[in-house]
Order: sequence, then C-alpha cells, then structure tokens
Amino acid sequence: MLTFTFRRLLLAIPTLVLISLIIFLLLDLAPGDPLADQPLSIPPEVRQKMRDALGLDSPAYVRYLLWAKQFFWVEPLVFVDWVAGTSFSEGMQRIVSWQFRAPVFDIIIQRLPQTLWVVGLAYLVGVLIALPIGIISAYRQYSWFDQVGTFISMIGFSVPPFFSGVLMIVFFAIMLPWFPSIYDTTLVVNDFESFGQQIRQMTLPVMVLALQTTAQLSRFMRASMLDNLNHDYVRTARAKGMTEKVVLLVHVLRNSMIPVVTVIALGIPSIFGGAIITEQIFKVNGLGQLLITAIYANDLPMVQTLAFIFAVLIVLCNLIADVLYGLLDPRIRYD
Amino acid sequence: MTDAPMLEPVKADTSGRSQWWDVWDQFKTHKGALFGAAVFLFIVLAVTIGPLLWTIEPTFIDIRARNSGPSLAHPFGTDQLGRDILARMMAGGQVSIAVGLTAMLISVLLGTLIGVVAGFFRKLDGLLMGLTDLFLALPLLPLLLVMVMLFRETLSRSFGPEMGTFILIVSAIGVTSWMQTARIVRGEVLALKEREFVLAARSIGTPSRRMILRHILPNVLSPIMVSATLGIATAIITESALSFLGLGFPPDFPTWGRLLFDAIDYLQQYPERVFWPGLAISLTVLSVNYIGDGLRDALDPRIRGR
Repeated sequence: MLTFTFRRLLLAIPTLVLISLIIFLLLDLAPGDPLADQPLSIPPEVRQKMRDALGLDSPAYVRYLLWAKQFFWVEPLVFVDWVAGTSFSEGMQRIVSWQFRAPVFDIIIQRLPQTLWVVGLAYLVGVLIALPIGIISAYRQYSWFDQVGTFISMIGFSVPPFFSGVLMIVFFAIMLPWFPSIYDTTLVVNDFESFGQQIRQMTLPVMVLALQTTAQLSRFMRASMLDNLNHDYVRTARAKGMTEKVVLLVHVLRNSMIPVVTVIALGIPSIFGGAIITEQIFKVNGLGQLLITAIYANDLPMVQTLAFIFAVLIVLCNLIADVLYGLLDPRIRYD
Repeated sequence: MTDAPMLEPVKADTSGRSQWWDVWDQFKTHKGALFGAAVFLFIVLAVTIGPLLWTIEPTFIDIRARNSGPSLAHPFGTDQLGRDILARMMAGGQVSIAVGLTAMLISVLLGTLIGVVAGFFRKLDGLLMGLTDLFLALPLLPLLLVMVMLFRETLSRSFGPEMGTFILIVSAIGVTSWMQTARIVRGEVLALKEREFVLAARSIGTPSRRMILRHILPNVLSPIMVSATLGIATAIITESALSFLGLGFPPDFPTWGRLLFDAIDYLQQYPERVFWPGLAISLTVLSVNYIGDGLRDALDPRIRGR
C-alpha cells in the first residue's frame, strides 16, 4: 500500500507540471500588459527598463520556469519563514499580483478563510444530510420516502446553483427578511449576537451548496446500499438473529461506505468550482470571487496561481480517493 | 433452395418491427421519461415556433412601457428598457438550446472518437487515456472563464459578436466535457473486442476502419446516446453559468443565463423576473435528465422486455 501511495505521488508530479504548463501557455495568449496602467508620461526607454526588470520580454519558457520557481520554491520558503520566524526567503522575488501590487499568496491567505468556512461547512452539512437519506431510501426502496428523495435529488441535479441561490434570496431575504442576502466579511465574532449574525449570513450560501452535494451523494449512497442489501452476508446476519439495526448500520453500511467515501473525497474540488458561482451570488469575497475579479482585471499571475491551486486540489483529492479505496477495501490492494 | 420459404416470415417480422420499436415500448413504460420528453418537446416547440406567433421583436425597445407587470400585451411583463420578456425568453431559449445541442454534439463526437481509438488500438490507449485523465484533472470552470476572456475579442472581430461568442462558447464547452463519454466508450469497446463476432470479423480479414464502423460503433451506440442526452443538460447549465458570471453572450443577444444575470440587478423590485429564465433552465435540464434516465433503461437489452 505504501509503495502504491508513493507511486501515485510520483505520478502526480508530471501531471501537475503538465497542467501548470497548459494553464501558463493558455494565459500566455492573453493580451494583458502589466504596465498598461502606468502613466503615459514615462519615457519609452524607462518603460523598456521596467519591462526588462519584470522579465516580460524574455521567452515563454524562461517566464514559465520563473513562475515555477516562485511557486514551488520561493512561496514555500516564505511560508516556512512565516511559521518559524526564519529569513530564508529574504530578497527573493515572489509572485506579485498585477491588480493588487501585492504578493498573490498574501491575498489568497486573506480570502481563504471565507471560502473554507462556507464551502467546508456546506460540504459537511451536505454529507450529513445525504447519508441518512440514502440509507433510508435504499432500505425502503420505492416507498414514498424514496420517491420524494429521488425527486428532490433530481431537482438538486437540475436546478443550477445560480438559480437556487437567487430563489433563496427572493424567498428568505426579500419576501421573508430572515437572512441577509450579502455575506458581510467584516463581521467580527466576539459575542453571542455577532455569532448569531454570522450563522444567519452563512445559512443561505451553505444551503445552496449543500443542496448540490446532497443530491449527488444521497443517490450514490442509495445505489451502494442497494448493491449490498442483496448479498448473502446480509441474509446470514439476519439468520443469525441480529436486529435490523445492527444488520443495516453495522454490516451493510460499513460495506456500502467504501465507494461513498471515495466519492466524498472526489467531490471536494468540484465544490470549490461550485463555490465560484455561489460566492458571486452572495458576494462572499472568497477564492472564487477573487478568481472572477482577477479574470475581469486581466491579472494573469493571480489567475495562473489560482487555477493551478484548483488543479492541485483536484489531483490531491483523486490521490486521496484512490488511497482511501485501497485502505478501506481489503479486496483492492494495488500491489 | 428449400430454405427460402423458411426465411420469409422472419423477414416480414423484422421489416415491420425494428429494435427501435422495442426501445420505444420500453421508453413508454418510464413515466418520468415520457413526461420529460413531452416537456422538452414543448420547450423546443415554444422557442422555435413561438416567435412566429408572438411577433414582438425581442430587441424592440418601448421605453414608455418599461418595467410593466404582466398584462395582455406583455404576458411576462417588460424589462427596464421596455423589451417584452416573453419574446426575449423565446429568443434566449433558441440560443440556449442551440448551444446545448451543438456543444453536446462536439463533446460526443470528440469523446466517441477518442474512446473508440483508445479502446481499439492498444498502442494509443495509454496516451489517450493519459490525456483524458489530464483533462479530468484540469480545473474546468476557471479554464472556461479564462478561455472566454482570452478569445472573445478575437472571435467577435472575425465572426461578429453573436456568432463569435456562439462559436467560442460551444467549442469551449465541447472541448472541456468529452472525458466521461470517452471513458465509457473505451470501456465498452474493450469489452466488445473480446467478443466472438469481432474475432469472426477479424478472421475474415475486415480492415480496422470497417470493423469500427460496422461492428463496434453500432454496439456502443446506447451509452453514447445516453451520455449525449445528459451532455445537453450539462452544456446548457455551463453556458448559463458563464452568462451568469458575465462572461457569456452580449446583452442584446440574450440566453436564459444572460436574462437571469440581467434580472439580478432588479431582484429587490421585480423578483419575478429572475423566475422565468431560471425556471426555463431548470425545467429543460430536469426534462433532459429524465429522458436520459429513461433512455438508459430503454436501450439496455437486459432490462428491456422485462
């Protein structure tokens, strides 16, 4: 198992390098110019010197390698410095956003908590709702509960987040003014009142994202449970006189969770993608909103870094899912 | 010669009843799929024939009648410039469904090509499946946004703003959504290759090209059709998402997603305006999903006839 994990880790490296290259080459076609907003009174030779200093005229591979060095070497060093208080990264050039004139990672660190709070909580809520629904609909197949569950998850599949989010705003923020429609990131949680406010402003975005997760996961959980319910070991367990609860929640559930756990791991990056839209609706200034503004502002280093971080997430979650599958299911050992 | 009369009744039977009748019989038993097909047909008819009956131009600006509520003259009301929302909904539906169908076609063609080639030619399998995995690991929504941002200007200049955006969005969605189809088709082709009839065809010297067209493709048609149906739904949602983020079609060439995006600004005053485009998108996607569900059952000969 350990060798398998290592092999997968090694395989992930060329994938990531290729992806970063693809993103870089795509962005290289962009017409943006980081010096476009400098005053026109700058003489051309000074402008040229600025371009040279930023390395804008060097060939594509040099710029790519520079970005790679900054991403894989300088930024980790900065992180080490920040944690341990050392000064390895002093004087090194970091990835600088054209839009904010500040290191990209400083801004990402500012925005990360909002995304993680909303997205992470939404995923957790979605999983917690989906699992019981899936279990009950499988156990009572074709009952009214199952039918309703099927219908609701079909709706969850079909209603895109940008519509369900807007509908929630219309119903729960305009018609019934229970929740705020805009996420206030300046809110400081220091007492019960502000904590309640934080909960209220998180409710709508979390609900929108959780609906998507629930729809997919509950269907998957149901199918997986149904697969296992017809196996012989279930009949054996019942024949031995175990209670329905033990049969269902110990024997069947544990076996059915194997594929579901990997699906949960695989779903994490897609929820970040969905967050791009949800953050836009509720004006959460997280990573997704940062990406959209960076695209509008032609801020290529920011777009490049963010897109690559999303790719790293996907590759990492795929890896985790594969390893988990092997760990949980002794029948599948890759070596 | 004595066999000839024996063959005739069989012939008469097959001419009247192809396998598609069986498929239709099975499809009919799936209530949701039948209902979905009816709704989808209704939406398609409404957006194609509707503009012939409802002759107000979607771009006609009647500034005196702006922001009016539902009335006989404007059943869905008018927007902030006095344009008729019903006409805009139909125009938007045409574009949305056209985008969905074209993008689906591109993605299915690409996916089938790559899947069949990867499954059939062992030498190319590793390379093509590596490519598929690579595409699956790409962050698609950010890349789609970037692609739209990068190429919108260039394509608008050479094909005009409407056609340019259409080509761009359709090909961007097609190029980023073929992977599932490719994987499914490859799996099916790999399984088919081990079957006796393929061996028989190979033993009489059938060249690869004819083998694929005659023997492999007809047998992988059902998963392709299912993923094509579901592909329409994904493409419509992706296009709406792009339009919703402001990186889709221009405002005077509306799609449902764009109409929804424009209606957000007036959410406080006229919340009903977001309702119609959103409902249209959701209904279309829901009906297409149900059709796909029914097709999956209907096209599977193991389930059919049970």
